[in-house]
Amino acid sequence: MTVQELPGAGASHRSTPPPAWRPRTDAAPLLPDPEPYRVLGTPAAEELDADLMRRFHAELVRGRRYNAQATALTRQGRLAVYPSTVGQEACEIAAALVLQEQDWLFPSYRDTLAAVARGLDPVQALTLLRGDWHTGYDPREHRIAPLSTPLATQLPHAVGLAHAARLRGDDVVALAMVGDGGTSEGDFHEALNFAAVWKAPVVFLVQNNGFAISVPLSKQTAAPTLAHKAVGYGMPGRLVDGNDVAAVHEVLSEAVRRARSGGGPTLVEAVTYRIEAHTNADDATRYRGDAEVEAWKAHDPVALLERELTARGILDEQAVQAAKDAAEEMAADLRERMNADPVLNPMDIFAHVYAEQTGRLREQADMLRAELDAEEQS
Amino acid sequence: MTTVAAKPATMAQALNRAMRDAMAADPAVHVMGEDVGTLGGVFRITDGLAKEFGEDRCTDTPLAEAGILGTAVGMAMYGLRPVVEMQFDAFAYPAFEQLISHVARMRNRTRGAMPLPITIRVPYGGGIGGVEHHSDSSEAYYTATPGLHVVTPATVEDAYGLLRASIASDDPVVFMEPKRLYWSKADWNPEAPAGVPGIGKALVRRAGTGATLITYGPSLPVCLEAAEAAREEGWDLEVLDLRSLVPFDEEAVVASVRRTGRAVIVHEANGFGGPGAEIAARIQEKCFHHLEAPVLRVTGFDIPYPPPMLEKHHLPGVDRILDTVARLQWEN
Repeated sequence: MTVQELPGAGASHRSTPPPAWRPRTDAAPLLPDPEPYRVLGTPAAEELDADLMRRFHAELVRGRRYNAQATALTRQGRLAVYPSTVGQEACEIAAALVLQEQDWLFPSYRDTLAAVARGLDPVQALTLLRGDWHTGYDPREHRIAPLSTPLATQLPHAVGLAHAARLRGDDVVALAMVGDGGTSEGDFHEALNFAAVWKAPVVFLVQNNGFAISVPLSKQTAAPTLAHKAVGYGMPGRLVDGNDVAAVHEVLSEAVRRARSGGGPTLVEAVTYRIEAHTNADDATRYRGDAEVEAWKAHDPVALLERELTARGILDEQAVQAAKDAAEEMAADLRERMNADPVLNPMDIFAHVYAEQTGRLREQADMLRAELDAEEQS
Repeated sequence: MTTVAAKPATMAQALNRAMRDAMAADPAVHVMGEDVGTLGGVFRITDGLAKEFGEDRCTDTPLAEAGILGTAVGMAMYGLRPVVEMQFDAFAYPAFEQLISHVARMRNRTRGAMPLPITIRVPYGGGIGGVEHHSDSSEAYYTATPGLHVVTPATVEDAYGLLRASIASDDPVVFMEPKRLYWSKADWNPEAPAGVPGIGKALVRRAGTGATLITYGPSLPVCLEAAEAAREEGWDLEVLDLRSLVPFDEEAVVASVRRTGRAVIVHEANGFGGPGAEIAARIQEKCFHHLEAPVLRVTGFDIPYPPPMLEKHHLPGVDRILDTVARLQWEN
């Protein structure tokens, strides 16, 4: 058989393929800027909203103190583990403050500070890490999803929730937080793909803090930046200095506005650094040098804002002291309440497995009840 | 009377009707999965739902099972009642992390504040000549995970009743559909379909006195055929259809085995660590002094599912069931 004899040859033959082979969207507007966006220390800082910046400052100071207190609680045996966000406070605070009352936050296990900044009681936020229950709060009451330990698995939840809200005609945006390591997970990919296809009102915030426990970004990805990953899904990627709270807030605000107005999802990569080890159980000296840590300490999110605001006369010594006092008060209250032993009821482990307990669980609950009674009597 | 209008209907039609009625009754019910919209699913179980309720209620998703179930979790968090279709048993595996780490645990994790009423439909089992990855009996993976219900119909009437009950459940249900029974027929009235009072109750499908065949899903018709054939050997077999593996109707199993004194568990899933192992353990715990013979099992072999041209050697059939029944120490 020759080509001329093939069906479709001759008059109907096309010299170019059907139009479906062409790109469907222009990639250029989706691309991130070559450098992380910054406000502090640039001319853009002249436009800063003084009241908002004073609030950010107070929150950053409080956040830093919260991190220190939580780490101290691990040393005292009051927390089983604490993944610190020292150095990442700007991302945590901006993520919480960019949302409206009805919006939802989807934190990872590292993001208790964001939950606290959104208004959650720190004791409730730390329940998982204290170990008295998995989640210490009603997610629907606070519109904060449970802290997610399996990496990136909370991202499709954020997409589904935002999609459901949109189907119902509700004005709700979901902001989902993930780390640089989490971007390698399949759920990251699937969540971004679903979000873009459904035009779900979601903002994905990647805190690129340089390390997935010990593994540096260079072993995690060959992408130009993590923000570039957005382009493959057909959503904009934005790159921002994660230690510049004004810049993170501005970029997130724009992404939230876009989501709220039906424009679909955005991927934001905030470049930051995990100053402390992965958790109190980790030893960071095994995989990175002091010089790198010191360089990042010189680009500290709290100091950056304080310097800018002081230089511009937005913040005076009195305000700095007031922020410190408020942070100490929070820390003292947290310390005191975490020093009390939580009241545990062992029978709770059977109470919420199903709406209605199965026969097998009733039997096992009876067994534990009997053991507890015997313990009490002896 | 409903029997007047009853006419032959397939399990596929009953499942379709169950989703249609659930969607009509509750706007929170959303069907989602691969090819469930325009095509009506590769087995046509969701046929017509997108047309009737719109693509927002019956949605063709991207081809990614973790994404499908993960987004369903978020939808349920917001108050919807997703019904998720996994295209085939073995294609559900990418969704395992979402299922095990989130779907099964969310109620417990939040002390009951955030239950997830998600129904996950999984066509399962062999006997359809499917190539690899299309014939798994994956139920033991699900029954091993606390927090999930695992339900499986074996009749046209149950396909409707149990699916409605599963969608109505406030807990996640893995709803396992015996795909080789999709086109099985029974007299059924779609205009006045019977419901079930809830999930978790087994049913005696054939009363007998000599031994109990305990089974579910695709193996029920095989057991009924075996019980019929056993009459020629002088064995009067009872056939118990579990209908749900979790909750497990221990009461019904115990009552039947205490009555008959002998038990054989029949399922397609592998024997080692399969549901039959748990059921046999419970029977010896609760029926020891009533037993005339050891509890036996007829299951799929402990092998990866064989190629379709060899599957007949793997699946529990009438002869293997009868051979096993013959070993129940009838001389006692």
